[in-house]
Amino acid sequence: MQQMYTKRRNRWLEEYIGRTFAVVCGWLIVLITVTMIIFLAVKGIQSFTDSRLSLSDMLLSAQWDPNGTPPRYGALIFIVGSMLVSLGALLISAPIALALAIFMNFIAPKWFVSLLKPVLELLVGIPSVVYGWLGVTILVPLLREWFGGSGFSLLAGIIVLSMMILPTITSVAADALANVPMAYMEASYGLGSTRWQAISRVIVPAAKAGIATGVVLGLARAFGEALAVQMVIGNTIKLPSGLDSPTATLTSILTMDMANTINGTPWNNALWTLALILLLISFFFIAVIRLVGSGKER
Amino acid sequence: MWSKRVKLGLAALLMTGVLAGCGQTENNNAGGNEETPKKEETYSGTIALAGSTALQPLAEEAANAFMEKYPDVSITVQGGGSGTGVNQVAAGAVQIGNSDVPAAEKLDDKSKASELVDHKVAGIAFAIVVNDDVNVDNLTTKQIQDIFSGKIKNWKEVGGPDEAIHVINRPASSGTRATFEKTIMKDVKVNDSIGTVQDSNGAVEQAISSTPGAVSYVAMSYLIGEKKNLKTVKIDGAEPTVENIRTEKYPFWSYEYMITKGEAKEEVRAFIDFVKSEEFAPTVKNMGYIPMTELE
Repeated sequence: MQQMYTKRRNRWLEEYIGRTFAVVCGWLIVLITVTMIIFLAVKGIQSFTDSRLSLSDMLLSAQWDPNGTPPRYGALIFIVGSMLVSLGALLISAPIALALAIFMNFIAPKWFVSLLKPVLELLVGIPSVVYGWLGVTILVPLLREWFGGSGFSLLAGIIVLSMMILPTITSVAADALANVPMAYMEASYGLGSTRWQAISRVIVPAAKAGIATGVVLGLARAFGEALAVQMVIGNTIKLPSGLDSPTATLTSILTMDMANTINGTPWNNALWTLALILLLISFFFIAVIRLVGSGKER
Repeated sequence: MWSKRVKLGLAALLMTGVLAGCGQTENNNAGGNEETPKKEETYSGTIALAGSTALQPLAEEAANAFMEKYPDVSITVQGGGSGTGVNQVAAGAVQIGNSDVPAAEKLDDKSKASELVDHKVAGIAFAIVVNDDVNVDNLTTKQIQDIFSGKIKNWKEVGGPDEAIHVINRPASSGTRATFEKTIMKDVKVNDSIGTVQDSNGAVEQAISSTPGAVSYVAMSYLIGEKKNLKTVKIDGAEPTVENIRTEKYPFWSYEYMITKGEAKEEVRAFIDFVKSEEFAPTVKNMGYIPMTELE
């Protein structure tokens, strides 16, 4: 009797500890995320409350000249630069990633898939500085030969980024495709479809939400990626005049200037605001693609 | 003149202190010995430094030498940039903030700046560097201004090959860039919409050597030893030598600062004095900086 009792109590205790741990972890993540957002927001609005910069100037002006008299803090160049480079990367890598995911699930022989999967996982694990370095030493000189100029360009940023986000989107999309029940495929065959019809009309639409998640993850990585892009994009403070023209992004101006400005100065505050803008744009993209994903699923 | 004599006296005193190691110091130097460490001095404690990446290599070397001399002292040196240095020392997180510019130039809040003390610890010279294919040996200050403001776009306008100039800048907040603007550009604005921007001396080095027609500026400490593979250009006919800097023929240089908050503790003061000392000067010079002993 006594023994049974302690046994049961231990099991309760185990249950209790495990449950508590899980709950704490859950809340901790929420707490960390929320406090980070609050902190960024508080720091970010100091530009307007303390330093009296104008919001419309910041968002719509392409004049970034913190050392000038008077200093100007227009962030349009960085916002446009970040958007162009991430969307450009997505444009290249999303179709390729989807094709790769389809290939892995339905076309490639088993042995090849077991080779491809670890290769993709390795690609995800390569540090961004390595991508950036390869970009500087191989890609930039190539682009210089092809297009003239310095080679440091929007296109270089797009290509490096698309390489970086390709494995992320591919892995998630491949998992999503694999999770579509086999019955869908069989039913489609039963109705007399070819393999390609089954894949393109049934399987891919059924996995749309999962694929969209992969795209979101890829976009989030692209938008927040700082180092590799900063190394190849040229960081020139101007709107790009073409794919071969250098420009700057939100992340590149942040990494270059944050360590050299002093807390509380308008310059530093403006950089915090850029960080806040970066976060808000990321949220916006995620929300949009979530919406698309959930809408098409039904 | 006077300062030279004091300096000599200080050096002599230091030497006697170091060599003799015992006995009374003759008190023949009433002028400037209040900062000279007393003989048989030992220091203990920890000193943390953070800030300027331009000064970091020198600070690290000095820390190693100082810790060898006074094993009870433990010194850590971190980078982070001049802004980080000033921030951290103002917040009391480190004892010494390394910076390329005086604290007051970075801080807007002058009340904060007043409790920070700047110590000049070394000079650092910068050089205009170009890609190997640019056969220009000398540029006037005016020509450099025109190149970096975007007025001159082709090397042939300054006696070089018929080749487009590719300007490489440092970010607007960089200390190197600040010195460049102050000593070379003066009232002319650097045009940020031409060329590209590289984040560090190292990245500039890489971009200069690989980009045809490129021109930029780097610290001399990046141009010594094995790294000396970049082509430098004379400014107004002057090479970046200590002699030319002392005689004001070469304008492109600045001091490096170690910044302390309020009255520095004994070991912190001793460390800063050590960096400036005659004893450490040869190392300073070997690393491509200019010892304070040569700048008076």
